[in-house]
Amino acid sequence: MGANDRPANSEEEGIEAIEISLLLEAIVRRYGYDFRDYAPASLKRRIRRIQGEERLPTVSALQERVIHEEACMSRFLDGLSVDVSALFRDPSFYLAFRQKVVPELRSLPLIRIWHAGCAAGEEAFSMAILLHEEGLLDRARIYATDMNERLLAKGKEAIFPIKHMKEYTANYHRAGGRGQFSDYYTAKHEGAIMRDFLRGNTVWAVHNLVSDTSFNEFNVVLCRNVMIYFNRTLQDRVHRLIYDSLPDGGILGLGRGESLQFTAVEGRYATLDLAERLYRKTG
Amino acid sequence: MGYGLVVVGASLGGLKAVGTVLAGLPADFRLPVAVVQHRSPEVGDTLRFVLQDRCALQVREAEDKLAIAAGAVYLAPTGYHLLVEDEHFTLSTEGPVSYAQPSIDVLFETAAESYGRRLVAVVLSGTGRDGAAGLAEVSRRGGVAVVEAARTARSPEMPEAAWEAAPGALSLGIDRIAPCLVELARKP
Repeated sequence: MGANDRPANSEEEGIEAIEISLLLEAIVRRYGYDFRDYAPASLKRRIRRIQGEERLPTVSALQERVIHEEACMSRFLDGLSVDVSALFRDPSFYLAFRQKVVPELRSLPLIRIWHAGCAAGEEAFSMAILLHEEGLLDRARIYATDMNERLLAKGKEAIFPIKHMKEYTANYHRAGGRGQFSDYYTAKHEGAIMRDFLRGNTVWAVHNLVSDTSFNEFNVVLCRNVMIYFNRTLQDRVHRLIYDSLPDGGILGLGRGESLQFTAVEGRYATLDLAERLYRKTG
Repeated sequence: MGYGLVVVGASLGGLKAVGTVLAGLPADFRLPVAVVQHRSPEVGDTLRFVLQDRCALQVREAEDKLAIAAGAVYLAPTGYHLLVEDEHFTLSTEGPVSYAQPSIDVLFETAAESYGRRLVAVVLSGTGRDGAAGLAEVSRRGGVAVVEAARTARSPEMPEAAWEAAPGALSLGIDRIAPCLVELARKP
């Protein structure tokens, strides 16, 4: 193996490609998680990182450990969810949501919002705070789903590192926050626990965008910086799933670097805010 | 088959350095150019705007799954890493790599894997070591490795680290980099 666990030559690279393919096949057969249509470049980087952390010489060795040890599969899953997020990350998104989406939600007796691929819940909590400030939280049902059960449990616990609160507070204000961010959590040791009133309307559930079907209808679906890890085939499939989960007029929110262009659902949404990737289903 | 892609990395001093390189590329420059300029997380159009002002090619922010096309300069967006995958870009929100997001190493390494000997990589002014591992990978796979010479770099730390990491890397003054790219683009 070359430096940093990368293949040292094209023969090794060819072997690695085969091994990755076999690893993904093994995982789907053994555990049902299907990563075969994930975007290859980022997936490869993550697999190599996981392999390194497991201190294994080959991807084949990783496959052996993953198949035989569930704890390793759990670590593998976590390795695919290493992203750093933050409360009110992308403040301009929340600002746009307040300004352009919230007015449309006011007329609804019940507001159903789905955070698809919610990871540790930062976005779901940000939304709860936003809706609370807009007087809509009581009417809201927030569904936070992810394929990673451990992360989901972490999100449900509603504890964030205290040391991040300064960053989150700055984000919150840039996102148009109207109150005091410190009103939304209580500090305990090194953790900041989100206040109870923010948690009651959120349901946390395991859902796999690759393998599961649409499970409900929502007024808003946020799937931000999740599909960047999928190849185009899988993206289209997930876009259809999301499309089927929205009524006409329902809102879709993507990550800033994502686009509907060249997807299967391009042309079936009107643009609400191009820069912040907010779209309205036109049917 | 000639070269297929140019990737550029810059940090402190990069705004001017990248601008100078882009200003030297003709409107019919046939290679796509992807740029990682270390940026603060604040979103804004400033970088694109400033670079477009001096560039005959279209300067745009890269998006996930955007096709890599000639005649354009693609900027790695803030808050993401920019990756190269066959004929298109992809993005990642993985944490900082070499303390940077967007990371030059991530762009260069993925570009090297896809383009191999058809890749030209340039490390310009900057602090830190982002780009050193990436440029080494470019060299290893037979691509052309270029660094900005210390004498023209506002901050020579990054190009020097890259130069030491990548055997056979060319060290060129900032004004000589665009002409070098133009010449490489002509090779069949």
